[in-house]
Amino acid sequence: MTDTATQQPGSRTVEDLERLVIRFAGDSGDGMQLTGDRFTSASALFGNDLATLPDFPAEIRAPAGTLHGVSAFQVQVASETVTTPGDAPTVLVAMNPAALRSELDRLEVGGTVIINSDAFEERNLDKAGYTDDPLTDGTLDHYTTYLVPMTSLTKEVCKDLGVKPRDAERSKNFFALGVVSWLFDRPVEPTLDWIQQKFGSREKVAAANTAAFKAGHAFGETAEMFQATYKVRPAELEPGTYTSINGNTALSWGLIAAAQQAKLPLFLASYPITPASDVLHELSGRKNFGVRTFQAEDEIAAVCAAVGASFGGHIGVTTTSGPGLALKAETIGLALSIELPLLVIDIQRGGPSTGLPTKTEASDLNLALYGRHGEAPLPVVAAYSPSQCFFAAIEAVRLALKYRTPVILLSDGYLANGSEPWLLPDLEDLPDISVDFTTQPNDTDAEGNPVFRPYLRDPATLARPWAVPGTPGLMHRVGGLEKEDGSGNISYSPANHGLMTELRANKVAGIAADIPPTWVDSDGPTDVAVLSWGSVWGAVTSAVRRMRADDVQVDHLHLTHLSPLHADLGDLLGRYRTVLVPEMNLGQLASIIRSQYLIDVKSITKVEGVPFTASEIAAAIAGAVNDN
Amino acid sequence: MTTDTSTGPSTTKADWTSDQEPRWCPGCGDYSILSAMQLLMPQLGAQPENTVFVSGIGCAARFPYYMKTYGMHGIHGRAPALATGLATCRPDLDVWVVGGDGDILSIGGNHLLHSLRRNINIKILLFNNQIYGLTKGQYSPTSEIGKVTKSTPLGSVDEPLNPLSVALGAEATFVARTHDMDRNHMQEMFRRAWEHTGAAFVEVYQNCNVFNDGAFAEITKKDKRPSMLITLEHGEPIRFGAEGERGVIMNRSGELQLVDVADVGEENLLIHDERAETPSLAFALSRLSSGPFMPTPIGVFRAVEGPEYASQVTRQLAFAQDRSGPGDLHALLRSRATWEVA
Repeated sequence: MTDTATQQPGSRTVEDLERLVIRFAGDSGDGMQLTGDRFTSASALFGNDLATLPDFPAEIRAPAGTLHGVSAFQVQVASETVTTPGDAPTVLVAMNPAALRSELDRLEVGGTVIINSDAFEERNLDKAGYTDDPLTDGTLDHYTTYLVPMTSLTKEVCKDLGVKPRDAERSKNFFALGVVSWLFDRPVEPTLDWIQQKFGSREKVAAANTAAFKAGHAFGETAEMFQATYKVRPAELEPGTYTSINGNTALSWGLIAAAQQAKLPLFLASYPITPASDVLHELSGRKNFGVRTFQAEDEIAAVCAAVGASFGGHIGVTTTSGPGLALKAETIGLALSIELPLLVIDIQRGGPSTGLPTKTEASDLNLALYGRHGEAPLPVVAAYSPSQCFFAAIEAVRLALKYRTPVILLSDGYLANGSEPWLLPDLEDLPDISVDFTTQPNDTDAEGNPVFRPYLRDPATLARPWAVPGTPGLMHRVGGLEKEDGSGNISYSPANHGLMTELRANKVAGIAADIPPTWVDSDGPTDVAVLSWGSVWGAVTSAVRRMRADDVQVDHLHLTHLSPLHADLGDLLGRYRTVLVPEMNLGQLASIIRSQYLIDVKSITKVEGVPFTASEIAAAIAGAVNDN
Repeated sequence: MTTDTSTGPSTTKADWTSDQEPRWCPGCGDYSILSAMQLLMPQLGAQPENTVFVSGIGCAARFPYYMKTYGMHGIHGRAPALATGLATCRPDLDVWVVGGDGDILSIGGNHLLHSLRRNINIKILLFNNQIYGLTKGQYSPTSEIGKVTKSTPLGSVDEPLNPLSVALGAEATFVARTHDMDRNHMQEMFRRAWEHTGAAFVEVYQNCNVFNDGAFAEITKKDKRPSMLITLEHGEPIRFGAEGERGVIMNRSGELQLVDVADVGEENLLIHDERAETPSLAFALSRLSSGPFMPTPIGVFRAVEGPEYASQVTRQLAFAQDRSGPGDLHALLRSRATWEVA
């Protein structure tokens, strides 16, 4: 991990690191997400590339000090491009015994543990299930350990500020942040500015947090405890303006952008559900963009309201997670049958049932593709990185509008809450995705009178006309009963049902000609490829890079669309002897590839609520290469 | 795209009649409701292109197909939710919801409650026939206890819902009841619902002549009406009977009671007040009869003004634009900390 060591004028050395993976862990009430977020922000402003992994329990405040109340935040900061929050952390900040117990196993052997020693008293040790004191019983023998009495030092520094001891104690996370900011040479201004901005109106809180942060920083500098400080130099990133973004925010902004590019108003109807609610929160604060948001009484009402909005000529969108997608199935079928635009966004989490609400998984692929009764195909788009959620949202809206179809956009808990630096796009480069409403009759009857046939399709796209209420002369009825081709009148004719079923399927299949080819990253001849979809892109990208550094050639293919599949995919896959398909499920895409192309891909699965690490993927690649 | 409905060209029944032949059973009460609506629309000065009928599933839910307006035949129970999205985005439209007792009170009960309490500008017509018709004769949430049907061979043990009590409990700002045997009264209730700003709930007693024939005959047959229907008139004493000889009073326990006017004196009759601030009186009136075999009030139970949903949503959009200026995507992307890489 150490590249160069230079002697500092004092006795300490400054070591350059290519990368740092740090994990902040504490009680749910300890503010670890905030601490991690601030460290991330300072690193981003410093110019590092980075990726984060918030990892918190579903309970808002689990009993303090217990193992299930532990909340953690991992971030990888690097002087080179990174696409994952890192494998094993090299540094663990543990605010209490439970955090140490639950997180220590993740730490790289020989890694650094920074511990709030004040929290290691008998009651907390009991709660964490320690029978002996891990600080003295040899538990930490293989790590570099720093014991810092964070709670008492924070209380001490807040004493003269008029802050109550209990409130002062709550600032100890800023003390911890101060220590690691010093240790890893992070700029302090962004954090101090942020405290002022966030708590400025509550003077004492701002003062306590500022004092705790400065004290932590000063402690690092003066305590003679640390032999070295570390520097992760800025990464060489593409020039431009950057911001730090997580997937749910990128998705929300992408929806706003999509509405602008479509020149139509956006209507978001959602029911609160983890980890999708933040999209509702973000967009409900963007009413000045003309965004209407609606918190519905349930998941079904949410998707129905979105369909109603689309009928009225707005872009109807609903956001949810797995349980909600299951509930929305019937309505998605309605939208498919009445052929109106609809965007359903599923931020996947661990399932089935309530499953692991705050943990990530990518196991809703089958539900998205097949989770409706009848022959009900629809386009499925999947985002692959936090910032790319912005573009995935625009693409999903484009398909919904152009083909008058419900579209499911898959994201996941890791993308939703994980953040990374984002090179802001030039808005001029965004595609025009506007469509025309039908305003005139589109056919004539037997007597030559103009008539409107709501199911007379555009021969190129097979999309039906979109005539919205308020348009004179085009009054028509749509519904879930089978419709006669062209007229849209109810029809129970066997031949017509066969025709309509095929038309609906062909419409979606035809989209393959309107989406980009498979994303391919190839660096030389090889007969091994990794095929990914969704957020596993990051771990695969990182693993492939590692393999190439070791002179092992492997191609990376990635699917941005799961339905229809990219037109070139079958041919591409046929070129390899071995295709690995890593998925955060039990092999859903692998089954599809096998049945679709008769190619026996090798499925690599992980269903543990946490993303693949690059090492896991790299090991699988190495195995496949050696087998060949 | 939008036109003021009150000033559009005049229309006739034909302008409101689609080319689709109704497929209800011969003799179904739905025919008279459809006809009443098609005849009323020209009188209202409404415009077909600005009118939308939304429905769920069931016999009643076929209604939109027969109106020459925009329409959506949705899925079971969800019509109020579909209509909520439409009415919220398009306040310029007249949005009607049509459904039966199974659709709106059973599978879709939740959406009824929430569309009413939000005061969405939709007009909900509940065709209550106290039976499941399209699925061929199971008991519904408004069927009486003891009802023998295909799914209750020994009689239903389920307590029925009182639709008007439910609507009033859900903070509905407009609640009325009518029946399919009286076109004029239906039209008057539909008109009042149409004129109301916000959610309007109209229960229509509707005869299913195949699976529950005569369910309302005790009160809606011509010769029974004077003694069994209590027609509510705002500001008037509540009385009924061929000569107005019967009436309603509130007794000392605060309960409504049917009386002979001669016994209590006209001056002691309850005066109907559909605009009462609290729904207590309307609620008591909704409980006056426990089924269509006792004297039953019809008419407007409650009609009060309340903040309508879409207009508030629109107001918030305008407020947000006033406060923050129109949305600027370029600025939004830079609204958090940014940095430059050269």
